[in-house]
Amino acid sequence: MATPIHEHHGEGDHGAHAHDDHHHDPGFVQKYLWSTDHKMIAMQYLFTGMFMAIIGGYMAYVFRVHLAYPGVHVPGFGQVNPAEYNSLVTNHGTIMIFWVAMPVLIAALGNYLIPLMIGCDDMVFPRLNRLSYQIFLLSAIVLIAGFFVEGGAFGGAWTSYPPLSAKAQYNNTPLGAPIWLVAVALEFIAFLLGGINFVTTAMNSRAPGMKMFDMPIVIWMIVIASILFMASVGPLFAGAIMLFFDQTVGTGFFDPNKGGDPILWQHLFWFFGHPEVYVVLLPALGVVAEVITTFSRKKLFGYRTVLFTSFATGLLSFFVWAHHQFIAGIDPRMANVFTVTTVLISVPIAEMMFVYIATLYGGSIRLTTPMLWALSFLVAFLIGGVTGIFLGASGADIYFHDTYFVLAHFHYTFVPIAILAVFCAVTYWYPKMFGRMMNETLGKIHFWLTFVPFNGIFIPLFILGLGGQHRRIWSYENFPELSRPEYYSLRHFASISLIIMLVSQLIFIFNFFWSLKAGKVAGKNPWRANTLEWTADSPPPHGNWKELPTCYRGPYEYSVPGRESDYWPQDEKS
Amino acid sequence: MYTLIERFLPAASTYAHDIDGVIALVAIIVGFWGVLAEVILIGLVVAFREKPGVKAQYITGEQKSEMKWIAYPHHLVLLCDVLVIVAAVRVWYNVKQDLPPPDTTVRVIAQQWAWTFVHPGADNKLDTADDIAVNDELRLEVNRTYHYKLESRDVLHSFSIPVFRLKQDAIPGRVITGWFEPTKTGTYDIQCTEMCGIGHGLMPARVVIESADGHAAWIRSHRPDASLAAVK
Repeated sequence: MATPIHEHHGEGDHGAHAHDDHHHDPGFVQKYLWSTDHKMIAMQYLFTGMFMAIIGGYMAYVFRVHLAYPGVHVPGFGQVNPAEYNSLVTNHGTIMIFWVAMPVLIAALGNYLIPLMIGCDDMVFPRLNRLSYQIFLLSAIVLIAGFFVEGGAFGGAWTSYPPLSAKAQYNNTPLGAPIWLVAVALEFIAFLLGGINFVTTAMNSRAPGMKMFDMPIVIWMIVIASILFMASVGPLFAGAIMLFFDQTVGTGFFDPNKGGDPILWQHLFWFFGHPEVYVVLLPALGVVAEVITTFSRKKLFGYRTVLFTSFATGLLSFFVWAHHQFIAGIDPRMANVFTVTTVLISVPIAEMMFVYIATLYGGSIRLTTPMLWALSFLVAFLIGGVTGIFLGASGADIYFHDTYFVLAHFHYTFVPIAILAVFCAVTYWYPKMFGRMMNETLGKIHFWLTFVPFNGIFIPLFILGLGGQHRRIWSYENFPELSRPEYYSLRHFASISLIIMLVSQLIFIFNFFWSLKAGKVAGKNPWRANTLEWTADSPPPHGNWKELPTCYRGPYEYSVPGRESDYWPQDEKS
Repeated sequence: MYTLIERFLPAASTYAHDIDGVIALVAIIVGFWGVLAEVILIGLVVAFREKPGVKAQYITGEQKSEMKWIAYPHHLVLLCDVLVIVAAVRVWYNVKQDLPPPDTTVRVIAQQWAWTFVHPGADNKLDTADDIAVNDELRLEVNRTYHYKLESRDVLHSFSIPVFRLKQDAIPGRVITGWFEPTKTGTYDIQCTEMCGIGHGLMPARVVIESADGHAAWIRSHRPDASLAAVK
């Protein structure tokens, strides 16, 4: 039976079990692993994702300190040797994308929000849902296990290009490389199961009266993202099996000495890898849509425009993958095709940005903590978006490929997605999840101490990229052009900013747990929002509503002329 | 703007300026859009902060008169995209597709974790007895068109000379031909820019570009060396 997690943290009737550290709770499996309640599964994904984010953040801390102060004894780690450095950057990337962005944005938000926002009692396949999380948890354990085997964790970059990833004689991680691959493959299975559930639930279980175009944008986005994921992951899954055979039984799918082709892996990987960017971007954009409409008391500017641009982006995202491979040895003529598709994807994305900015016009904007996160997402993602044009333009990419310019660019997209939008979502739906408000003052301090240092990390890295600093390099001492003192000043600035950003997360963790007990009681609808989840109790009980709601209108009917109140919940008859 | 990259690194090949030109063009276009969008975004937040007694407007964004606010910039973005694509493809074609006939061809061999550069020697022909193979140092003559034949012995590597704005992955089992023409004498970095294992960060090399006389003197100083030439 599912137990909403708030009771567990509160002064509920759990007696000896009511302590925060549920990982050693004897009833752990029954209560927390075996639940089929969508809200509990969402919490499982959320907390696992946040735990993995701490590991991924720790890795970033270690290699950033090492890069700024080469050879230094990094507090909490020690000296970083080249093999460790490679493992750290590889797994930082892998974890942040597959074990943080994916579980939190798709799985946690999808599970929590879909039934509550479309007005049903649970996902349509609750046991499949449970299995999805269990496989995901297993995949996380397998990944971390890679650090404790002989030879250490895989260090061939998160893209895992063969032949380096295929042969132990090249990568020196005879166990780490296959373990990494198995973990990633398991994770794909988990999200395939989840994706089936999300799409089916959103299509079939909407409340009476809720038409397709009455669904909140965030639900649409999760559905589109799930479809993108399911349609793109197949080729990579096949590739992963081939690579696993290359690693373990000596087949030659990617081995040129045996008639294989290493470039084939790159195509399979990026055919998945680029849609994957939009798989995590779209739910983040969805979250932002919910938050900016609520806190500007405005109808979304052009609901259908947002949807159609999302469809266009999703479709186009299947035809841009080789921009990762311009200089990889593909036929140079192919670069021209992919430059066109890649640069053109800026059109729907720019349009989406315009729509969000236009939504603010004429609003009554309240700068609450969730709204600050949503606006910061737009500010940062705009920078991430426009810098992508440099890389999509083949002629410019010859210089920028595999430099810190690329790295700074995609962190300006992934940090807004996986950090800013996630904090936006957590601070916005926290009252619904746990029945209490988070502290706004702490929330705003945390916001500024995250957003400012985030820019402090990556603006210097953009500059280093312009100077030709290439990626995944253990030490720049050997490169006279890159070991100038002013470049070290930039590296110091970036690394110190990172430390400030990481330490500031303690404010959030404190606020999160402190508010569980001490926060103001939220009530059903503290933000005076329209969507259906705000008509359920906070937190919603098992089954969500005593009587399932009926939907009468679209989700963004704010400040409708002629009405006393500035919002109009979807379930209110008139 | 045109010298954006040259603030950091000299431009030492014939096409370096072309690539810097594309970068500058993109910087101007996206700089314009990026700054404009940020200013409007922040401006709207300031202008439409909650005020007592003022209700938000009801704008659906689905009327023709409203949609033009999206449609106009939409078409402008498309126009800018076309500009960027044309500029990028032209330079790409020049650097990667249209190889001018070479004055000299060098062989570049990458392996874990070193570069071997095979120079043709006095006869200007590769695969002859007077080839000069050097580890981690590429010797070039200024203002001469070179072809490189890029190979890898083991995993993927990437041959990058930032002052040339040149980058090309090396793939085991293939020989990839490309070109460059140095325009400045001096000694510059060569990087490996594709993750190639534990020693990826420990694979530096240098390119030495000399005048015709200096380069000829270097060639003369090397007697044909059978053992090194055998690595070709």
